[in-house]
Amino acid sequence: MALLDLKNVTIRFGGLTAVDSVNLQVEEGTIQALIGPNGAGKSTMFNLITGIYAPTEGEISFGGERISGGEPYKIAARGIGRTFQNIRLFSTLSVLENVLIGAHTRGKVGLGGAICKYLPWVRREEGALQEWAIECLKQVDLVHRVYEPAGSLPYGEQRRLEIARALAIKPRILLLDEPAAGMNPQEKMSLMQMIRGIRETGLTVFLVEHDMKFVMGLSDRIAVLDYGVKIADGTPLEVRSNDRVIEAYLGKGAAH
Amino acid sequence: MGASLQNLVAGMDPYFLQIIVNIGIAIILALGLNIITGLTGQLSLGHAAFMSIGAFVGALLTIKTGLPFSLNLILAGSITALVGAMIGYPILRLTGDYLAICTLGFAEIVKVVFLNLDITNKALGLSVPPAHSSIPMPIMVWICAILAIVAVTFLQNSRFGRALKAIRGDEIAAESMGINLARYKISSFALGTFFAGIGGALYAHFLGYINPSDFSFLKSVDILSMIVLGGLGSVPGAVIGASVLAAAPEFLRFMSQYRMLVYGALLVFLMVFRPNGLLGGVNFVDLVLRKLGKKPQLAVRNGKKGE
Repeated sequence: MALLDLKNVTIRFGGLTAVDSVNLQVEEGTIQALIGPNGAGKSTMFNLITGIYAPTEGEISFGGERISGGEPYKIAARGIGRTFQNIRLFSTLSVLENVLIGAHTRGKVGLGGAICKYLPWVRREEGALQEWAIECLKQVDLVHRVYEPAGSLPYGEQRRLEIARALAIKPRILLLDEPAAGMNPQEKMSLMQMIRGIRETGLTVFLVEHDMKFVMGLSDRIAVLDYGVKIADGTPLEVRSNDRVIEAYLGKGAAH
Repeated sequence: MGASLQNLVAGMDPYFLQIIVNIGIAIILALGLNIITGLTGQLSLGHAAFMSIGAFVGALLTIKTGLPFSLNLILAGSITALVGAMIGYPILRLTGDYLAICTLGFAEIVKVVFLNLDITNKALGLSVPPAHSSIPMPIMVWICAILAIVAVTFLQNSRFGRALKAIRGDEIAAESMGINLARYKISSFALGTFFAGIGGALYAHFLGYINPSDFSFLKSVDILSMIVLGGLGSVPGAVIGASVLAAAPEFLRFMSQYRMLVYGALLVFLMVFRPNGLLGGVNFVDLVLRKLGKKPQLAVRNGKKGE
């Protein structure tokens, strides 16, 4: 059974059908990519999975349980971590605090514990959360930045920090929305290594990306979206030679 | 002990004492609003209304019951917090200007209700008898102020406080991290208004007389100016902002009605030179440790246990 299963998912905004009856399965332990031209509905798809939008039709299930229509915070707590296309870090807070916020669902201490912060179990939890946050920062190689405000990091590091924050939730699946956007070739190479490393730890990775070279070299499977419709789904090799994909990217006639 | 404290307070200059108490109450009020507006980023223009709820509840408890004052304070705070949570719930979905207008409207409703209720003596206002307490009011005010400072300081760097700061930073990102927006926003309103209720009850008992029109829109703006002056989200900022603006009317008394001009000029200069407030964005513990050449403390460093 697929870890993430989208069945006939459709969303309409007024007259616009942004995602049109898409079926997609993401298998556990794989790196799945979703590509498509601008405005194809890729980010909308992520927003549907994470509950920011509810599908007009269809159903999304995660680990065998239906998640569509649920509250975003509950969906996140089930083990879905995500990053955003336009970076959404808490820019005035430190790198560590950003990751600690990601680890929110891994703690329990509420208001009472916050005010009695010297109680042993409160201190123990805070210590454990910080230890875990550092662990996540290590995975993206940002430990040296812990105390700096997130907003002061260079662009590539901000993207990595978003990944660390998403990892802190201890997800079963990591959704990366254009992780390589705005990165130079070297940064992209190290990001590929990093994503492979994350998969090695047993996580499933689902990413949206524009950069074909990046996606082809990294993914196990690729789905292609065009005007909200899934036009192809397969291994990088299959997708590369698919006529409809070439047409969507390069225009009619290019396939021949 | 009560008697010696009474003597201590009786020996002080009443004028000076009044300023000190005003500052203490202002600190409690500012810290409360700082939770809602500074930490959680929800602009509220109705803080004085919550203060008035605490003031009237506290005053009526003293008049009608023989409850000890500390219990009275907690009740006044809790009832205010309950109202705060009830208001917080329906306006959760509003942000920015809309939220501000809503809190402003609510504040006016509260004022009109108190102006028309028999139990609050309508527009004549309420005389408040002395509190049932052996601890003199100025000391009580400062005990509460110090407890408030400690509580908010601890709160800021806890899991709870981080969730509030996440909501201030980016609601969509916060939600995607598993933070229940509704729950934390309501908690933030309840907690901030709890402080307002306590501040109001202390105010009522110190002054001995309260009138619904004491808690006007201008009072709310006054409290908001304190945290803006000090720096939104900063505890030392709120304390300094509250101290400066609570004492300013006294020091500017010789200018009488011109003092609002000085206020205005002060805020304009502040926005030009320090748009984040006097202490906005300054982390004190961090700053001191850096001066001493030490790294800030962390329970664990690089994944190893610290102790």
